[in-house]
Amino acid sequence: MTWIKELPKEECILPGTTSCIGCGAALSLRLALRILGKRTILIIPANCTAIIQGSYPRTTFTIPVLNVAFASSAAVASGVLAALRVRGISNVNVVVWAGDGATADIGLSGLSSAAHRQENMLYICYDNEGYMNTGVQESGATPFGALTANSPGGKRFFKKNMPLIMNDHNIPYIATANISYAQDFIMKVRKALTYSGFKYIHLFSPCPPGWRLPANETVHIGRLAVETGTWPLFEIENGQFQLNAPSVNLLNKEKRKPIEEYLRIQERYKQVTDEEIKIIERWIDYEWAKYSELQKPGISQLQGQQ
Amino acid sequence: MKLSKVKVVAAYPITPQTSVIEKISEFIANGDMKAEYIKVESEHSAMSACIGASAAGTRSFTATSSQGLLYMHEMLHWASGSRLPIVMAQANRAIAPPWSIWTDHNDSISQRDTGWIQFYCESNQDILDTIVQAYKIAENTGVMLPAMVCYDGFELSHTSMPIEIPNQRDVDNFLPPYNQKNALLDFEKPSAHGTLVSPALYMEFRLLIQKAMENAKKVIDETALDFSRQFGRDYDSQVQCYRCRDIDAAIVSMGAISSEAKEAVDTLRKEKLPVGSLKLRVFRPFPAEAFQELAKRVKVFVVIDRDISFGMEGALFTEIKSALYHLEEKPLVLGFVAGLGGRDVRVRDLTRAARKGLDALKKGTRYPKEEWIATKEVVEE
Repeated sequence: MTWIKELPKEECILPGTTSCIGCGAALSLRLALRILGKRTILIIPANCTAIIQGSYPRTTFTIPVLNVAFASSAAVASGVLAALRVRGISNVNVVVWAGDGATADIGLSGLSSAAHRQENMLYICYDNEGYMNTGVQESGATPFGALTANSPGGKRFFKKNMPLIMNDHNIPYIATANISYAQDFIMKVRKALTYSGFKYIHLFSPCPPGWRLPANETVHIGRLAVETGTWPLFEIENGQFQLNAPSVNLLNKEKRKPIEEYLRIQERYKQVTDEEIKIIERWIDYEWAKYSELQKPGISQLQGQQ
Repeated sequence: MKLSKVKVVAAYPITPQTSVIEKISEFIANGDMKAEYIKVESEHSAMSACIGASAAGTRSFTATSSQGLLYMHEMLHWASGSRLPIVMAQANRAIAPPWSIWTDHNDSISQRDTGWIQFYCESNQDILDTIVQAYKIAENTGVMLPAMVCYDGFELSHTSMPIEIPNQRDVDNFLPPYNQKNALLDFEKPSAHGTLVSPALYMEFRLLIQKAMENAKKVIDETALDFSRQFGRDYDSQVQCYRCRDIDAAIVSMGAISSEAKEAVDTLRKEKLPVGSLKLRVFRPFPAEAFQELAKRVKVFVVIDRDISFGMEGALFTEIKSALYHLEEKPLVLGFVAGLGGRDVRVRDLTRAARKGLDALKKGTRYPKEEWIATKEVVEE
């Protein structure tokens, strides 16, 4: 167990980024990079982080960064990895830092292909549940009922379950994370680096302006997301699913906080009706039914056979 | 690319490019080529992977065609904007719909403004020699731009010709290992690539590419000369002349049609008609100066386009006229569209076009519109 105070002190992000107040992504990336360290190549597709790093000739990063086109990050990272192999350079973390649009939508094919090839990278999807950089539009990861700039009545479809989509790629490590559980997040980044092959971390990333949430509620909303069962914390290691401590009791529906607590402090849900809340509850139950199934032992492990 | 000692290949199959990537995987499997081959899920990812590999300082290669090239379009800009010397083999194939697997140049001509150097090849020997030269040109520090080597699908991609394969040591002498000053992998002095640039600086990045393209003209000539000296095959200039002494008219073409053009010239020469052939090796950067120079002794250019820019005319036709516009004495330029979607371009089509050029010269007729060769009457229903 590594405590936050024991993390390397060296920052890979200089102070003074142009992120919004309360940005979950900036907070998480800063913490992640303290673990990833100086020998990290960060690949960033179009997203807020492409902007908050500052404009040429300045940059907020003190590590090599490659900004790339929206759909291309996993493939670019594969190319970087191939180059490192042929050049005989080792001990470098190749990390993709992509938003949910780049992951669940436009970049899904490239991501799937890189995972399928077991490319030795860490792919972190910071999920703020929409296209926030372009002014809050609906993505495949936007939840049912949420208002966005192009879904005036609230989104009509359920959120894609990216970690489970990744689970069907036979990769060695998948985890969900949440900056409100920083210790858990650090542990997962650490653990991911111990695996060779494709690692995927799906990170809850509150966006106060996009979710119409007070900027000082970032950490609070993260807690509520977990406690209401909206954002379960789990790992899938070599195909073995395991709920993490804050979520482990929530298989029992009774233990989950009422979903209204999570929805009501976000203005993006201001218009949801009681009937829609029931639909959201049913969706949460449905997702948890999958986890309950995955929790059962005996899933065959293919690890090491490809 | 085996001769060029490419280290990373990323490609996705498309007819008629497949023979290239099949051969590469065979080379790698046999140990004849020490490279990584990334089997991506699309051409967009193929170019993305090449960009990653090239940014990390390795010589990288891909091959594609037609729809694949179009799918790659966004990343073509990314490669040139990042100033990465990637080389691509590009089998020209018509664009759908309607589906066609046969050749024309509209796929690569559509990528004209992506900042890639474009070569067009006439024979299989030409393809091999041009790829080796392309790396040397692209990696020149005064250029640092990607290059595509275009060749007609099926007409060249699926035909066999005896070719001379240079020996590896000679190629190594000609093309030293790629040694990029590599900022991406510098962990001591890290840098961010492709960051946001304000309007106060963006234009300068574009101006640098434009200047690199201008530089490339000189580098292409020097490299060709160097190659000719070492390997004895002549790639003397950006526009190659065939029987161009004392001519009034020149047939201008790119790619495999240039072979037919030479035959057409031979036929016409037998009749003592003053016609020669000009083959563009390079379409980007456009060899405008070469045409301005040629215009001193050629009175009529008969331009054969294997492409069409809808709403205008063949691209070559436009560009040649544009290159000659500032001359005091302007030669005649006639434009013909031919061979789209693999339509056979016969020698007699070209002799007829050349005769029309000579006739226009005699009568002083100007033809501002392009003419379509060997098309049937069509009515939109």
